[in-house]
Amino acid sequence: MIDFKSFLIKYAEIGVKGKNRYLFEDALVKNIVKSLESADGEFKVRKEDGRIYVDAMSAYDYDEVINALSHVFGIVGICPMIQVEDNGFDDLKEKVIAYMDEMYPDKNTTFKVYSRRARKNYPLNSQEINMDMGEAVLDAFPDIRVDVHNPKIMLNIEIRKQINIYSETIPGPGGMPVGTAGKAMLLLSGGIDSPVAGYMIAKRGVELEAVYFHTPPYTSERAKQKVVDLAQKVAAYSGNIKLNVVDFTDIQMYIFEKCPHEELTIIMKRVMYKIAEKLAKKNGALGLVTGESIGQVSSQTMQSLAVIDENTDMPVYRPVIAFDKQDIVDISIKIDTYDISTQPYEDCCTTFVAKHPVTKPNINVIKHSELKIADKIDEMIEEAVNTVEVIEVR
Amino acid sequence: MEAYLDNSATTRVSDTVKDLMVKVMTEDYGNPSSLHMKGVEAERYIREATECIAKTMKVEPKEIIYTSGGTESNNLALIGTAMANKRAGNHIITSDIEHASVLATMKFLEENGFRITYLPVDNNGHVVIETLKEALCDETILVSIMHVNNEIGAIEPVEEISKIVKAYNPSIVFHVDAIQSYGKLVIHPKKMGIDMLSVSGHKIHGPKGSGFLYVSSKVKIKPVIFGGGQQKGMRSGTENVPAIAGLGLAVREAYADFEDKILRMQELKDYFIDRITSLENVTVNSKKGTDGAPHIISVTFNGVRSEVMLHSLEGKNIYVSSGSACSSNKPAVSRTLKGIGLDEKQIDSTIRFSLCYDSTKEELDYAVSTIEGMIDMLRKFTKR
Repeated sequence: MIDFKSFLIKYAEIGVKGKNRYLFEDALVKNIVKSLESADGEFKVRKEDGRIYVDAMSAYDYDEVINALSHVFGIVGICPMIQVEDNGFDDLKEKVIAYMDEMYPDKNTTFKVYSRRARKNYPLNSQEINMDMGEAVLDAFPDIRVDVHNPKIMLNIEIRKQINIYSETIPGPGGMPVGTAGKAMLLLSGGIDSPVAGYMIAKRGVELEAVYFHTPPYTSERAKQKVVDLAQKVAAYSGNIKLNVVDFTDIQMYIFEKCPHEELTIIMKRVMYKIAEKLAKKNGALGLVTGESIGQVSSQTMQSLAVIDENTDMPVYRPVIAFDKQDIVDISIKIDTYDISTQPYEDCCTTFVAKHPVTKPNINVIKHSELKIADKIDEMIEEAVNTVEVIEVR
Repeated sequence: MEAYLDNSATTRVSDTVKDLMVKVMTEDYGNPSSLHMKGVEAERYIREATECIAKTMKVEPKEIIYTSGGTESNNLALIGTAMANKRAGNHIITSDIEHASVLATMKFLEENGFRITYLPVDNNGHVVIETLKEALCDETILVSIMHVNNEIGAIEPVEEISKIVKAYNPSIVFHVDAIQSYGKLVIHPKKMGIDMLSVSGHKIHGPKGSGFLYVSSKVKIKPVIFGGGQQKGMRSGTENVPAIAGLGLAVREAYADFEDKILRMQELKDYFIDRITSLENVTVNSKKGTDGAPHIISVTFNGVRSEVMLHSLEGKNIYVSSGSACSSNKPAVSRTLKGIGLDEKQIDSTIRFSLCYDSTKEELDYAVSTIEGMIDMLRKFTKR
């Protein structure tokens, strides 16, 4: 394989952000630098002529670098690239032919030369480069054919101070650079849906903080560790996540004792959202993120969601709201959270579920039931917010 | 206060064992196969351990094969016998309540052409002898029964089983999984008619990763691990000298003042059973006195899910298991508890307490009074 020394980073949406463009690009550069900290080797990330390049300054592991860059939102494509000095067009032809020979052992394929001349004093214009280089490649390899409409290989040649040659694009995760869209508070359980929801929101450039409701002894230390492990997988995309672990046992037992059991889940979730909202406000987050999907379980009917939302004045973002379970599972497999989510440790939702929970709660009925906990619940919520255990997940 | 009552899951390595292992790792670290002095020194540790172990069972040192622990011992015994005797027959008998390291190995053998009969147990957890008699046939090559059940401490009638098996056909190999009984009961394989016996080191204050299989010199088995031919070719791989030395010393310590230790554990067990049964709606699945193993007490706390009980106790530094410790890897209905007639709710409310030589009355008192203090509250917050 060719020993690539540089990668051209392609990004799409950032390009259309007008005067704010540099903010997005700077965030992307910063996130790329950070992601490469996990890879062996020295790298330089540079912004030049409206493009971002990653240069390897030492020996490195190709797969490790591609893997790191595949986790940086905002990147649409990663192009492994060789960079040659300008020693005249004949020399360039030789180098391009050598590149093609090594990259594509099987020459029974089609190609097209696509050149750009950023340095306008180059003796050939891009049309001439396309034609002459195409001819040189055809002469060198009798089996190869040109296809200008649908080529299998798009041979890019960019004439800049140096000359960039690349023909492969590894897809990036897309989205927007994290840190360009504010912060949100993710309600993270041990399930499949919430980590996916976190991933999807982070993909739009949103920084994440997370909250987990822990109910010892009804949930174990292992269940908590599972949530930390999930947060870690999401953090590989979103950057560090501050995980707020709320001790929810007393509240849950209080509700269990006072309120009708078929309404437990709804009331419990209303309290959870209130706690999440308070933590969000305290930490500068602008909204809540959850993994709910319409109709998946009793507490995720439209009626239930409306009743739950009534207890918070913050926007609640639900990126998987219209997803089928299988679609969510597919993403969880892609982001490597599925195997963790399906470990058998119970989370607090499953311990206290009633046999026949309400599926169409009425807000007035719920509020009436909540009068029974009105005595102490505000105080308990304050206590829960003030005693969170914070785990920095990176 | 702390009460570690999960000694059937694993035990603390004793300080003397630890010190010996450190010495072997840092000073006498030779490879026992090496020809030089360092190798000879290392070999000496193995010989000493082997002699000590052999003596506790009144067997020959050459009949001991070291393994990485109970699971490997069981695998070697079952697969090794099946491979060596497949011309003689393809039928194997075991019980419903064996440990996963036996049951999963049986499943593997089943997939490879062997026929397995699983014997049921009665309400006491004892193999039903009549079913054994019915199961024996011309094709039977191996019978494998555990000595002490890991979940309830029932002692299987291995001598009686051996007599029946050997009377039917003396060439049938009889294997006993003694992982929960070695160090707790007197075991003389030759007298008891046991051909193979599996033992784990970390259940008796030895290190994890240590164990052995006793194989009577009359029995031929095939190895399952191949390589440099160590241990007469029966288990290749450089001997784990520190673990073997540690295991040897742990065995020596276990069998010193043996009767006193066992009597003490038994008294503690009976004391605990008396106290815990005085609580309301609590049943004990283990037998008092010598009718059960001296260290295992299985208790059903009706109306409290075992996981909740376990984590509540954990909060008070009391460590126990729900059912069988190994099963926390994959929650499945316990075959043992089901076998003795518990229903699903009872199974899900059962906790195992297990003692070691160093367990104290204070620890047990602390556990009982803690449970007493929390059980009403736990019952209140249960799924309705």
